[in-house]
Amino acid sequence: MLWDALTLQLGYNATLVAIGATLLGISAGVTGTFLFLRKRALVSDAISHATLPGVCLAFMALVAFGGDGRNLIGLLVGSAISAWVGLLCMNWLTRHTRLAEDAAIGAVLSVFFGFGVVLLTVIQTMGVGRQAGLEGFLLGSTAGMLWADALVIAIGGAATLLLVMIIRRPMTMVAFDPEYAAARGLPVHRIDLAMMGLVMAVTVVGLKIVGLILIVALLIIPPVTARFWTERSDRVVLLAGISGGLSGFLGAGISASAPNLPTGPIIVLVSFGSFALSLLFAPVRGVLAAVLRHLRFQRRVHIRQGLLALAQGQKIYEPLTIRLLRRAGIVRADGVATDEGKARAAKALRDEKRWEFVRADQAHEATAALYDGLRDIETVLTRDQIAEIDRRIGGPQEVMP
Amino acid sequence: MLELATVQGVSIEGQDIDRCPLAIRGLTVSYGQKPAVFSVDMTVQPGAMTAIIGPNGAGKSTLLKAALGIVSPLSGQVTVFGQPLEDQRARIAYVPQRASVDWDFPTRVIDVVLMGLSRQLGLLGRVRARHMARAMDCLNRVGMREFADRQIGQLSGGQQQRVFLARALAQDADLYLLDEPFAGVDAATEKAIIAVLKSLKEAGKTVVVVHHDLATVVDYFDHVFLINTRKVAEGSVEQAFTAETLQAAYGGRLATAQIDQILRALG
Repeated sequence: MLWDALTLQLGYNATLVAIGATLLGISAGVTGTFLFLRKRALVSDAISHATLPGVCLAFMALVAFGGDGRNLIGLLVGSAISAWVGLLCMNWLTRHTRLAEDAAIGAVLSVFFGFGVVLLTVIQTMGVGRQAGLEGFLLGSTAGMLWADALVIAIGGAATLLLVMIIRRPMTMVAFDPEYAAARGLPVHRIDLAMMGLVMAVTVVGLKIVGLILIVALLIIPPVTARFWTERSDRVVLLAGISGGLSGFLGAGISASAPNLPTGPIIVLVSFGSFALSLLFAPVRGVLAAVLRHLRFQRRVHIRQGLLALAQGQKIYEPLTIRLLRRAGIVRADGVATDEGKARAAKALRDEKRWEFVRADQAHEATAALYDGLRDIETVLTRDQIAEIDRRIGGPQEVMP
Repeated sequence: MLELATVQGVSIEGQDIDRCPLAIRGLTVSYGQKPAVFSVDMTVQPGAMTAIIGPNGAGKSTLLKAALGIVSPLSGQVTVFGQPLEDQRARIAYVPQRASVDWDFPTRVIDVVLMGLSRQLGLLGRVRARHMARAMDCLNRVGMREFADRQIGQLSGGQQQRVFLARALAQDADLYLLDEPFAGVDAATEKAIIAVLKSLKEAGKTVVVVHHDLATVVDYFDHVFLINTRKVAEGSVEQAFTAETLQAAYGGRLATAQIDQILRALG
């Protein structure tokens, strides 16, 4: 079943949802990256909750003018307007009052959402009967998705993606160093507004599939996931797009493969799965890598300290050090250094002297920055450089008795 | 204090203000109800190295930020090379305080320097070989060429400061404004930075530095601007960097012995 879903062979609706969710995932991941880099990830939560009153008011207006209350474009326009109002409120609160951004987010989020829920209740008592479906905007509902709906998502997502790519450079500059950006004459405030406007566009586009409560996950989790794998912002953007797109696709596929699996929440869970895997297994920033790195580092520190102690004839008390030295064949079971151990100890002491020279010499700055007290000097310097250093610090040091 | 300012200040009002790289008139900046900078006039001499000096919280950085339009003033005018700031942005390079950014940001040293070329690159322009070459050249000037591919978080404080300077150099500006570039850096970095600044001066550029180390003022700078919310004194080091002006700027914060020690360097 899942295979059928993933190869888009599960019927018309499932295919539409899968394509829509993939496009949404890509544009949300890419757009959300800039929010994440600017350290304003939670703004998206306020924006998304602020869409609800707009959805309800648009429904009421559509019905009042005798239209179809479920017209997707009408509802999305309404949601965009109220999200924009929420955004401006938040912006005003942070800029012109002493409220910090987190407080402004909390205020806007709860008030707009509360107002939206009141309107939802009012609509339910209106007895129009056609309101069925508005609650779907809370968590997304893909069951009755139409070709036109998918088209709206595709066009909206693509347009957002295009705009993000156009202003990615100024957004990155503002995220890294807003004061420098301002000094260069970039309109920092307007760039921030544009960024949040794009987030709003993604939110509105995603209402149908993941709903307003969970869209924040699609904006934030992919960049956070991507950040585990790279140290370059352009690659964070790329990987977040890929991760978001895959989550959308897989999530839609899984939810279509069995009855009664909600699309939006499944997409979020898949996205979380990739986050969890990255958190654990990413090569540099992952938790496992960090633990292994720490253990390896600890082991090397102990051996190095042991070698230096041997070279200087000091007694070693630390049990872990003795154990490691013995296992490495540096000392015998009775604690006396082996021939190999003596040679390595002398080398360690010599390297320490060479490092001392390298670190004091401005010409070797880039090398000196690599000093960790552990590295063999020949891994960072050429034979000629070492010979030169040896010439300047004098003859080899003997291992002390 | 205001008297001091008028006596020691060098006025080039009316004379060729067009050549003046940075002229500030009546600038007041306030965070809340207490002015950080009050009614300050400043006239930066072209082709010179000027230090902005004053005690902590005297408004040194604020003055610089207001001059660049980063914070908006309550009143006052700023002209750059005789024209409004906005028209002359391309001619100004700014080196902010190192602590003002998050060094865990996912970016490499070379990417930071390339930000200095953002005007040449435009919105969508590709980074070409000549941009790369220019950025590497700037890194070379601050002795950081070998660090180009490192993540910025791996740098020491002094190296971070030099990357910021390289980014400013990439702009190829005529006026350089630096905010505490020597704060918390190693001696090697201080030497590297001052060498670059002196080479800029020799190339006819104007350099303004917010500076906190009174002991090096005489060695490094030609002009000083003393501020303690209000302007205290302005002029050449010989004229304006005296026991009297220092006492006026720092009040009781500097012991007489300290001042004597600093001024002994002046001879």
